[in-house]
Amino acid sequence: MKKTWLVLSTALLSLLLIGCPPKTGETGAAAAGGEGGEIVVGEYGSMTGGQATFGVSTHNGIMLAVDEINAGGGVNGRKIRVITEDDQSKAEEAANAVTKLISQNNVVAVLGEVASSNSLAAAPICQSNKVPMITPSSTNPRVTEVGDYIFRMCFIDPYQGEAMANYLTKKVGMKKAAILIDVKSDYSTGLASFFERTFTANGGQIVGKQSYAQGDSDFRSQLTAIKAGNPDVIFVPGYYNDIGQIAIQARDLGMQQPLAGGDGWESPKLIEIGGKALEGCFYSNHYHVDDPAPAVREFVQKYEERFGAKPDSLAALGYDSTRVLADAIKRAGTTDGPKLRDAIAQTQNFSGVTGSVTLGPDRNPIGKKLVVLEIRNGNTVLKDVVDPSAGSAPAATDTSATNAGTTTSTDTSATGTAPNTGTARTQ
Amino acid sequence: MQTLLQNLLNGIAAGSIYALIALGYTMVYGILKLINFAHGDIFMIGSFVGYYAGRKLAQNNPGEHSLAYAAIVMLLAMLICGFLGYLNERIAYRPLRNAPRIASLITAIGVSFFLEYGGQFFFGPDPKFFPTLVEKHVINLGGVVTTNYQLIVLGVAIVFMALLQYIVYGTKFGRAMRAVSYNFETASLMGIPTDRVISTTFVIGSMLAAVAGILYGLSYPKIDPLMGIMPGLKAFVAAVLGGIGNVPGAVVGGLIIGIVESFVGGSQFSNYRDAIAFVILIVILLFRPSGLFGKYQPEKV
Repeated sequence: MKKTWLVLSTALLSLLLIGCPPKTGETGAAAAGGEGGEIVVGEYGSMTGGQATFGVSTHNGIMLAVDEINAGGGVNGRKIRVITEDDQSKAEEAANAVTKLISQNNVVAVLGEVASSNSLAAAPICQSNKVPMITPSSTNPRVTEVGDYIFRMCFIDPYQGEAMANYLTKKVGMKKAAILIDVKSDYSTGLASFFERTFTANGGQIVGKQSYAQGDSDFRSQLTAIKAGNPDVIFVPGYYNDIGQIAIQARDLGMQQPLAGGDGWESPKLIEIGGKALEGCFYSNHYHVDDPAPAVREFVQKYEERFGAKPDSLAALGYDSTRVLADAIKRAGTTDGPKLRDAIAQTQNFSGVTGSVTLGPDRNPIGKKLVVLEIRNGNTVLKDVVDPSAGSAPAATDTSATNAGTTTSTDTSATGTAPNTGTARTQ
Repeated sequence: MQTLLQNLLNGIAAGSIYALIALGYTMVYGILKLINFAHGDIFMIGSFVGYYAGRKLAQNNPGEHSLAYAAIVMLLAMLICGFLGYLNERIAYRPLRNAPRIASLITAIGVSFFLEYGGQFFFGPDPKFFPTLVEKHVINLGGVVTTNYQLIVLGVAIVFMALLQYIVYGTKFGRAMRAVSYNFETASLMGIPTDRVISTTFVIGSMLAAVAGILYGLSYPKIDPLMGIMPGLKAFVAAVLGGIGNVPGAVVGGLIIGIVESFVGGSQFSNYRDAIAFVILIVILLFRPSGLFGKYQPEKV
């Protein structure tokens, strides 16, 4: 009796193994043959854990885009289906999630993550399986350096750090800064060093440098050390969860300096945690929710209707990433890995909520706009706009992005009319 | 000098929370020779009870905070955690009283995981923000800055430590506790209800953890179901440092860990802040395994 079971289960198991659907390449080929099934796209994100609002916002943005695309008939007559995996805000879980998406769900492309450490853990897996990955909002430059299947939709940290340092030294006139780094995050360490470089180059002085680990709850000793240097501003390129606590504890120690940071601050939870302690603090971001540009207004309205909350920049980037991917699938006419990769790489002047997207040879977008926001009365106020399409391009040397956006976001309307001199996009 | 005093003050405030948790470890170890690894998670439950109770109170009486509120919330957390401590002992440890000690130890780890992941299931894995129970004021003492929160933490911790000292050394029950701790079997032969003494010890330890949980929530208002792990481990180190099983030792150990961490955190080695407690553990186990206040007892063969 026992033996029969053994034989039966072995047979079943081998059947299962043989019956496993083929890997991504072949799914794509079948699709190209006009099969017309669903296009399965994978998403991995921090749906829970320390950066949960990043994952949830990005997911909302992605779903908004997918439903719109499907309502409009899908891509090449096929609907898009998104399979979402939660990585619990942990890098090792991000690697597991992507492995599962690729090997079990046979996704044609992967969208994610926000935190650079998590994207860096997942990117090599996408690269070696030749599955294109688009990170909506990881800003660490090393993410796209992993390989030619890894793309990004946002600006990168050298640019962000430079912009914040320029704003603080040139526009606000600050001379002394202290830096507080989250040593567990590639994003934070990278952004801090780029900030420091520009801040000192502009004649500023770094009067203190301390570190903490993501999820810590006591920052008083680091802040006490920073206080002794008497800085004009404290640069804290961390994630929103820690920022609120850091601000509260700084005020508890009688420190009145503003804090400054990057897009890792962007979360509805930021002000919920930090409250009054965050008044007068600055951070750089991908877009401003009150931007009057029609593309932004339309997106904000649709998002609010569906989710009942204002979209943050991560939602906007999730939305843009999905639409860029759908556009590339349409142009490629297939979901075959290498062909889809080439199509994404050729994205030019795609009109998105966060500006026009043109991908450079290093697979980063060229000339994305950056805004500096200040927190006032629990809201964000636009203080400065850095629009590289008017000046030098941040991400690459490619200069084809010529939509002459000047101050606030007018880039979206310039799409299509911009002279199109794109070069070297076939790599 | 100011920085020095400031770090000292921050260290004492953090250390008194470690000390309260360490007391629970040391009492249970003193009596049962069991390291109750679930203790850090009881501390977490204490914080969550405070979170839900505090929010409920704030909802019913918006805009008002007072010490009385904080006291009600703390009492509730103590009751719930005390009951949980009782259940923990009754269900998980008592059936193993005569089993090899390693069995109880592994059970303790099991209970710890059960509470952590059960907490993730019930409370959700996302961090929550502890409500403001008392209005916060910043107090400047000649350059050294503190808040009324830190003073409350310090005051409450001292009161409870003094209370425990009185219970252990000044009451009949305390004498029974010490007798059980000295020799379990002889104590039961002398008519001491050992099971009840052990249960009560768990209840007291868990109540202290609940107090620590509320104080922690006040000082560092971000709480999540896995928050008990680190403070729990550090309090365990504090208990070992002071001499495990020794009540004043746990308090001194907690304060030392808090102060050392505060100074390391403020130095250029702030990366090693979490590691320093474990460096201390290794050093103390190498050079003085019985801890600062512990008696050295050679193992009889």
